[in-house]
Amino acid sequence: MNKLDKIESKYIKTDIPEFKAGDKVRVKIRISEENKDRIQVFEGIVIRIKGTGINKTFTVRKISFNNIGVERTFLINSPVIQSIEKVGDGIVRRAKLYYLRDKVGKKSKVRFK
Amino acid sequence: MINAIYGKKLGCTQIFNEKGDALYVTAIEAEQCVVVQVKDEKKDGYNALKIGFGSIKDKKASKPHKGEFDKNKVELKKYLREIRVDKFDSEYKPGDNLDLKVFKIGDKVKITGNNKGKGFAGVIKRHGFQRGRMSHGSHSHRIPGSVGMCSTPSRIAKGKKMPGRMGNKQVTIRGSEIVDIIEDQNLILVKGSVPGAKGSFVLLRKV
Repeated sequence: MNKLDKIESKYIKTDIPEFKAGDKVRVKIRISEENKDRIQVFEGIVIRIKGTGINKTFTVRKISFNNIGVERTFLINSPVIQSIEKVGDGIVRRAKLYYLRDKVGKKSKVRFK
Repeated sequence: MINAIYGKKLGCTQIFNEKGDALYVTAIEAEQCVVVQVKDEKKDGYNALKIGFGSIKDKKASKPHKGEFDKNKVELKKYLREIRVDKFDSEYKPGDNLDLKVFKIGDKVKITGNNKGKGFAGVIKRHGFQRGRMSHGSHSHRIPGSVGMCSTPSRIAKGKKMPGRMGNKQVTIRGSEIVDIIEDQNLILVKGSVPGAKGSFVLLRKV
């Protein structure tokens, strides 16, 4: 382990559940507003997992009101993320699900186990 | 007390602060800096501390280099540098170590180091000139253009910006913030980038 990895290892979380692209996750995000902290939940399908170590990120896509797709990318080890919960085990054939962006209706859905 | 230390640039990484922001930081490993000589205004004409750091094998050092250390009965080090101080510092004796503890988290520091050498570079890279058209019949792609006048003065103005060696020059950046200090590993984490390649030496001074 080199010295830079040692610095990073302090910030890398070990309690994250294993999930892959296509899974449905519920991410709890801490949002601080003027001396107040609240938790916001973002639930959707993981369309991308990218990077390694402290730079690892994942992107969650959900369909919001009026069928507008919303994507958020999180640093997996960020202290802003309070918890990640795996809700569904998706069946997909790709590691990056960018094709979901162009699909509407039933085709934009992912089957679950 | 002297608010400076020599260190080795280890490289860049990312950490999180308590607010959850991801910070781009450079890790600098503080060297063991030994005071070799204390220079006095009365005796030497100016006040300074001569500092040795970095390890070297005994047989690799030249005799004059070794003599500097032997004279003051200090352990042999690879590099010798001087840090000017305002007034004569009787606090230090030859053989004393510079302490990392002069720095605190949140301090602003000046960082001096040699930047990466770029080799023989053209005017676009070296001085930020604009390039010519790449197509439509143009032959003037990356050339410097006119460098002066005609038969008067029939010479080129001094200091004219031209191609040449770029980089590997001393650079100082000011106001870098110390984000974290890991004392048991002698590491300092500084926000942002630091001049030089990985493994090169830098001088940290408190602003």
